[in-house]
Amino acid sequence: MNDMTQPAIRKKSVHFTLNGSALNIETRADRRVIDLLREDLGLTGSKEGCGTGECGACTILVNGEAKLACLMLAVQLDGTRVETVEGLAQTPDGPLLQQAFVEEGAVQCGFCIPGMEMAATALLRDNDNPSRDAIREGLSGNLCRCTGYVKIVDAVERAARDIRCCREEQ
Amino acid sequence: MRAVLTPGSLDEVFDLLERHPDAMPVAGGTDLLVRLRSQAGQDDRPLIPLADVKELHGISKDGTTLAIGAVTSFSRIIADPLIAEHAPLLAKAARTIGGPAIRNMATIGGNIRTASPAGDSLTPLYLLEAMIEIASQRGKRLLPIGEFIIGPGQTALCGGEIITRILLQPGGCFPCHCFEKTGRRRSMAIAVTSFAGMARLSGEGVIEEARFAWGSVAPTVLRIPALEKELAGSRLDDGTIRHAAQIVRESVTPISDIRATADYRRSIAGNLLARFLEGLRG
Repeated sequence: MNDMTQPAIRKKSVHFTLNGSALNIETRADRRVIDLLREDLGLTGSKEGCGTGECGACTILVNGEAKLACLMLAVQLDGTRVETVEGLAQTPDGPLLQQAFVEEGAVQCGFCIPGMEMAATALLRDNDNPSRDAIREGLSGNLCRCTGYVKIVDAVERAARDIRCCREEQ
Repeated sequence: MRAVLTPGSLDEVFDLLERHPDAMPVAGGTDLLVRLRSQAGQDDRPLIPLADVKELHGISKDGTTLAIGAVTSFSRIIADPLIAEHAPLLAKAARTIGGPAIRNMATIGGNIRTASPAGDSLTPLYLLEAMIEIASQRGKRLLPIGEFIIGPGQTALCGGEIITRILLQPGGCFPCHCFEKTGRRRSMAIAVTSFAGMARLSGEGVIEEARFAWGSVAPTVLRIPALEKELAGSRLDDGTIRHAAQIVRESVTPISDIRATADYRRSIAGNLLARFLEGLRG
């Protein structure tokens, strides 16, 4: 337990795994995770859209669960396993998901896509054969201001199919 | 810069709150961190994240009491078999909160402490007559949710106290229940008006017992005990339903804001009850 009398209280050492690599960083205790990722670590894939938890553009996975990096404090990452869009291509199913977004033409301006892909990753790990309704529910916290939702849902549906096929071949 | 104090146990939370009376406990942070950011610079009170306090997590049943740890996330509540069996209405409301990432973060205790008239888990908790367990270094006390929440954003919490558990006695048998939320869109939207209803009917289509609660139509969640009493023993004919909806429209005290006008909310509040009662007729 820390106390205000210790100067370390405002600076914290945070230890976590980021896209498979162990990290140990000193950070301001009240640093938001989105700022830690984008500004301190240079990982600008996660976007800050609204900063109030309404758009999902900053969606990351913490211990496998989708969370919003704009509403988390850096200290809350201590001891966790964090995945961001930058690490997706190195995961078993990430390349198929990303290729499906390309094939279906699901990307317009692209700002929402990192969040969409992270939310889709959480969904597909939980359910490898989701209905279109389940996909819409899984992505319901993510806004696309280009309103390209149909093709994004198509892409996730295709990714689910491709991932299942790939597993059967193996 | 704001200090963040990180307790690992409930005793440490109480100890920190005694030594830093201005510190703010954070559960999921989905409301609090947004609010603090909007007041950036004016407020540097320390934060006490509660997520690592194991005693505040989880759902258990002890005898007839269902206990939900204050920082249990809505995702856990939705997935929990005890909740599905004993408080399905709460799971139904929890499914409408935010989107998946918000439900992974937001907690039931946080929703209660935020005390928004639009809090999605609140209407079911009022119907289930939830007791809020509050604790501090000085000990524990229990308050019914209707006494715990005093007004918008205001609760009966005193200095050094936090919500530790939510206790339910899922005794009454209410086979029919519903939760409805009207808003600008289905996900992520703050409710314009919400409604929760529970009822038990006799074989002849007569209400034996019913409870109703509305969100976003008054400073706190509203129940109308006189209406619940009046409807017990009533047959669900058109006249009864029309009359009940009219009483609701006269009882609510909504405000107009950016989401809807008071008139709209008043009218929706009556309609949501009418729809629930019509659904009971089959």
